[in-house]
Amino acid sequence: MAQTIIDTANHIAGYAAKAARVKVIAAYPITPQTTIVEKIAEFVENGEMDSEYIRVESEHSAMVACIGAAAAGVRTFTATSAHGLALMHEALHWASGSRLPIVMAVVNRAMGAPWSIWPDFSDSLSQRDTGWIQFYCADNQEVFDTIIQAYKLCEDERVYLPAMICLEGFILSHTYMPVKIPDQNEIDDFLPPYKAGWILDVNRPFSHSNLVSPEWYMEFRYMIQEAMENAKRLIQQIDKEYGKRFGFEYGGLVEKYKCEDADLILLTMGTMGSEAKIAVNNLRKEGLKVGSARIRVYRPFPVEEMRRLAEQAKMFATIDRHISFGMEGFLATEVKASLAGEKEPPLVAGFIAGLGGRDVTSETIVKIAKKSLKWMKIGKVEKETEWVDLRD
Amino acid sequence: MLKEIRIHGRGGQGSVTAAELLAHAAFLEGKWVQAFPYFGAERRGAPVKAFARISDEPILAHSQIYNPDYVIMLDPVIYKFVDITEGLKKNGILILNTTKKPEEIGLECWRIATVDATGIALELNLLVAGLPVVNTAIVGAFAKATGEIELTSVMKAIKETWSGAAGDKNARAAELAYERLIKGW
Repeated sequence: MAQTIIDTANHIAGYAAKAARVKVIAAYPITPQTTIVEKIAEFVENGEMDSEYIRVESEHSAMVACIGAAAAGVRTFTATSAHGLALMHEALHWASGSRLPIVMAVVNRAMGAPWSIWPDFSDSLSQRDTGWIQFYCADNQEVFDTIIQAYKLCEDERVYLPAMICLEGFILSHTYMPVKIPDQNEIDDFLPPYKAGWILDVNRPFSHSNLVSPEWYMEFRYMIQEAMENAKRLIQQIDKEYGKRFGFEYGGLVEKYKCEDADLILLTMGTMGSEAKIAVNNLRKEGLKVGSARIRVYRPFPVEEMRRLAEQAKMFATIDRHISFGMEGFLATEVKASLAGEKEPPLVAGFIAGLGGRDVTSETIVKIAKKSLKWMKIGKVEKETEWVDLRD
Repeated sequence: MLKEIRIHGRGGQGSVTAAELLAHAAFLEGKWVQAFPYFGAERRGAPVKAFARISDEPILAHSQIYNPDYVIMLDPVIYKFVDITEGLKKNGILILNTTKKPEEIGLECWRIATVDATGIALELNLLVAGLPVVNTAIVGAFAKATGEIELTSVMKAIKETWSGAAGDKNARAAELAYERLIKGW
């Protein structure tokens, strides 16, 4: 029977790995991720999970162990944060290039130096081009649902790619909220056992991902690009199906809120998308036509959705919990790229906020919206990238 | 209605657990809830904060709480180092772990409720690593002071968190604090 429990998003990620009947977990602890793998270790130890828990000496080894396990044809899971993810970087390419549907929770934490344990998206966004699908969650329920959805997606033969499920450190990882855990039989029905595209078998030895000459390498890259395009379509289908079965649906690639008649649309990722809804409600009380579009999937990027939103909105404001030094926030860049070539595209103003765990309240978002509306009125973005509440 | 709660204590006193128990109790009554620590690097003995939200509707906020409806003080002397009333709403309530009576506190802008949670813990021999456990008692006191949650829900939340004798003893602490809370209004 479905039950509603109350727990932190990290523990909920553990519950999701259990519900997905993950067979191998290889992980190395790092703040603020640690309580995910602690919870899973507890499940394995007390027999609630029939899985192999591999303790490793680094995050690089954790990913490589997951790659080995996935190549042997079993469902795998890991979790990490910040520097742990950076240490995995090389192996991330091996996972996607080998087309292994590993699912990993990334508990977002800002990169050092200087040291920070608090959240921003600089860790996961630095892995943008590794060929991993990237989801960003806005609450604990979405963390659970997205992990289950991700296995369904990644293990589809039209995709066969790994995915990161990103959740902001502390803001979600250590926050207690109620979460509905569906009946295990219903999850099993939604998510059947993993059928691998290829399997390493000692009785039938062969080499995989071996040296590929220039005559063929590009074709392997093209297949990943195709898989990403397929994922775009499938994410929406899977989200709908999940919603029908379990009652939670997130708009597929983009969660839109009051965008239908909006002049200004606030574009965010993660929990800022939830906070933005409060801002939208307050702005609407003042008669201002503002909507919120939370980019739930950053790779593949929802280019078409951006174009559709642009048909009617006059202004976009991107709020990035990230900075690509020497340029702007990635969200700003991606949104502008998506709109390039459109007839009369909306103005795009980029805002940088919440780096290293700086709190972003709905009041902050209202302030961002009002500045954007001012620029919309004069038809000109006066500052290409604005750092919000920056100290002198 | 959304109600926001801030808890002040010291690392190791169970401020986060108190926030979770509040949320858990309200959750048992069908409310939407959230509980979270101040996102700091916790150290034993250092001043810490925890937060909780209770609402009739889904909670969209993920930011910290700056204007709480209620403030709980777990540590009897922490007000000397920390401004525990910062941002507290005008009609807000302070729930303090102290042997003093509300009128002895000297804060007239808010409603004050006091309870000797440390005394209750010592009386029940409710100790962890030699220190009195005050967080379960204070949650009982919160129920009485604010009326936001029922004592029975608090006791149930405690027993769901700790099974057996530990659950019973902590639930008893909540019950005693509920009975002994002194309202200054």
